[in-house]
Amino acid sequence: MSKVETILSQLKDIAANPKKAMDDFKAETGKGAVGVMPIYAPEEMIHATGFLPMGLWGAQGKTVSKARTYLPAFACSIMQQIMELQCEGAYDDLSAVLFSVPCDTLKCLSQKWKGTSPVIVFTHPQNRGLEAANQFLVTEYELVKEQLEHYLDVKITNAALENSIAIYNENRAVMREFVKVAADYPQVIDAVSRHAVFKARQFMLKEKHTALVKELIEEVKAMPVQPWDGKKVVVTGILLEPNELLDIFNEFKLAIVDDDLAQESRQIRVDVIDGEEGPLYRMAKAWQKMYGCSVATDTKKGRGKMLINKVAQTNADAVIVAMMKFCDPEEWDYPVMYREFEEKGIKNLMIEVDQEVSSFEQVKTRLQSFVEML
Amino acid sequence: MSLTQGMKAKQLLAYYQAKNDEDARKAKERGDLVCWSASVAPPEFCITMGIEMVYPETHAAGIGAKKGAMDMLDVAERKGYNIDCCSYGRVNMGYMECLKEAAMTGVKPEVLVNSPAADVPLPDLVITCNNICNTLLKWYENLAAELDIPCIVIDVPFNHTMPIPEYAKAYIADQFRNAIAQLEVICGKPFDWKKFKEVKDQTQRSVYHWNRIADMAQYKPSPLNGFDLFNYMALIVACRSKDYAEITFKAFADELEENLKAGVYAFKGAEKTRIQWEGIAVWPHLGHTFKTLKNLGSIMTGTAYPALWDLHYDADDESLHSMAEAYTRIYINTCLSNKVEVLMGIMEKGKIDGTIYHLNRSCKLMSFLNVETAEIIKERNGKPYVSFDGDQTDPRVYSPAQYETRVQALVEMMEANMAAAE
Repeated sequence: MSKVETILSQLKDIAANPKKAMDDFKAETGKGAVGVMPIYAPEEMIHATGFLPMGLWGAQGKTVSKARTYLPAFACSIMQQIMELQCEGAYDDLSAVLFSVPCDTLKCLSQKWKGTSPVIVFTHPQNRGLEAANQFLVTEYELVKEQLEHYLDVKITNAALENSIAIYNENRAVMREFVKVAADYPQVIDAVSRHAVFKARQFMLKEKHTALVKELIEEVKAMPVQPWDGKKVVVTGILLEPNELLDIFNEFKLAIVDDDLAQESRQIRVDVIDGEEGPLYRMAKAWQKMYGCSVATDTKKGRGKMLINKVAQTNADAVIVAMMKFCDPEEWDYPVMYREFEEKGIKNLMIEVDQEVSSFEQVKTRLQSFVEML
Repeated sequence: MSLTQGMKAKQLLAYYQAKNDEDARKAKERGDLVCWSASVAPPEFCITMGIEMVYPETHAAGIGAKKGAMDMLDVAERKGYNIDCCSYGRVNMGYMECLKEAAMTGVKPEVLVNSPAADVPLPDLVITCNNICNTLLKWYENLAAELDIPCIVIDVPFNHTMPIPEYAKAYIADQFRNAIAQLEVICGKPFDWKKFKEVKDQTQRSVYHWNRIADMAQYKPSPLNGFDLFNYMALIVACRSKDYAEITFKAFADELEENLKAGVYAFKGAEKTRIQWEGIAVWPHLGHTFKTLKNLGSIMTGTAYPALWDLHYDADDESLHSMAEAYTRIYINTCLSNKVEVLMGIMEKGKIDGTIYHLNRSCKLMSFLNVETAEIIKERNGKPYVSFDGDQTDPRVYSPAQYETRVQALVEMMEANMAAAE
């Protein structure tokens, strides 16, 4: 097995077995883990406690049954899965769960956790251009910090926080480079592998993830760039899973040359800036700098333009919108993006992502006819 | 002689609703500014600036009640709006697209010509506030983008912990000052702080009389039919910073007080049971939801939905923190425990026997905590509840048969409870 294959296999294992990743971490360090609900959280704070931040992004193909009691069928697919897992006690090993509420569904879910872990809720301000918004978020973060310290019985020092911020910034930068490398080498980093590299970072300490991805990048870049005889696409949405869906991308030679997925590139889009101010303030400023996301209010509606730029920068053939079923913030962005794509002559296709579904024949047919059109 | 002299409250309601739309049309003709606003966004700043206000949610509800929603929903769906998006929003985006087409081509699309929608003009700016949902952020982003106009945002962060902290009020008050600065630029004139005080006072008088009406449901038997709150809501939404709302609500509250004194009650036959309605009205089927209850001798004497506009604050508070608190304490913008307290208070005041929960396909925020809310309340006060599937303006979701069955079940449970208590 080549070194590239070894690293990818390692990351794929972690992405596929978060529970094992957490148990290994606990055995190794004697410390616990903290759940992080989608989409954004000041994860650096958890990292600074020495606990493992674990992204909670639902499950694949799990039949929703217990959660039906608490959520109507029109709640988004990912929250149905998360509620089902809560009911099954899957998250009860977490020492706490950090919960942001940037959409109406998350507001409600933050009030009805069915597991046993304590839940720490905070609100992102949405009038993000204002300094008052930063100040508000700093206070929210101070309260998050207090609660983490309380539940985890750890003091979060500024020095530890600065160290974690540096580790996270480095990981984000390395992942941005990885996105470019994956675009240049689709023969080596296919859609399934690309996703695994992103997903594994949800279940690992970021410094370990950074080291592996750096090594991966180095190995891949040592190879010659080969011409790509398939098509190139930019994908956007909450997430693009499971592997069976990504296998279809591979089968039709659709290389993902950039993404705007909440689970992937939105997580690494902005860094916490250096500066004289305290770490919590600079972390709050990162939210102010966030852009192109359906739950970060933008009255200029820049997401479509951002995607159009990504298409130009990567020489992509099309945009694929991976629409999380029943996610209304994403559904509200779609008509404006769609109009902008059409006006610019950018080919685009919307496919539905439903985590409960285990059959992909329909989406396969749609992607096939779309590829033939490109 | 004034045109409104001698008018009963019901006539005043129709008169001022029409007049408010006419005010907007005339403003547009004069070249003055028109603003579209989220229903619980503060109108005080725009009104101070002399801007005429239009309320898309009320407008969409009106279209729904007049059975005109489907045409507008179709327009929105053709533009790419998923059926999962709020139906108020879809009706409004459909209507906006029709107006935009008419403005660009000079020809009204047929769907608009045939629509029962009240005739309101396109906005020059929009103002939104997420105290009743974050959908209003997305919807107004889209209005601003599609019309290329300014969007004023008042963000009231979800109150995951109560009471409302000072730092949240400070953030909201700062946004009020920022909105004023934005309006000074948009209008090209300074903000008139003296007039602002008058507008705040006016708003408080409207709210005072609005609350007088809702208070009438505490009497048993009740002189107020709670569904009338749904009918009169249009003015507390659209005209609370004008005297239109105050005049109408005062007349209605006075009428109800006289009826109470005279022993005239909402139900001619004796009311048998009293229910709480939780959620937005089902506008396309308002009559059916009401009559089904009435036929079973059940009257609605409590609902938190119209009470969203109980926006009382200290108009003299120059820090604007009191006003900030009024706009953020909306019960659906608060944690579950506070939501429960609010509904329990309404039930106690309205002497409620049971609750109907509207599981609203359009409103995730007013649906996804229904199970927990209902269970906690039942545990605490022992009152039964039922839930039905509906939608505020998409007529396809509601099933009259399901509603009837659920309401019958509720009435049976309430009557059994009452019999057991006797």
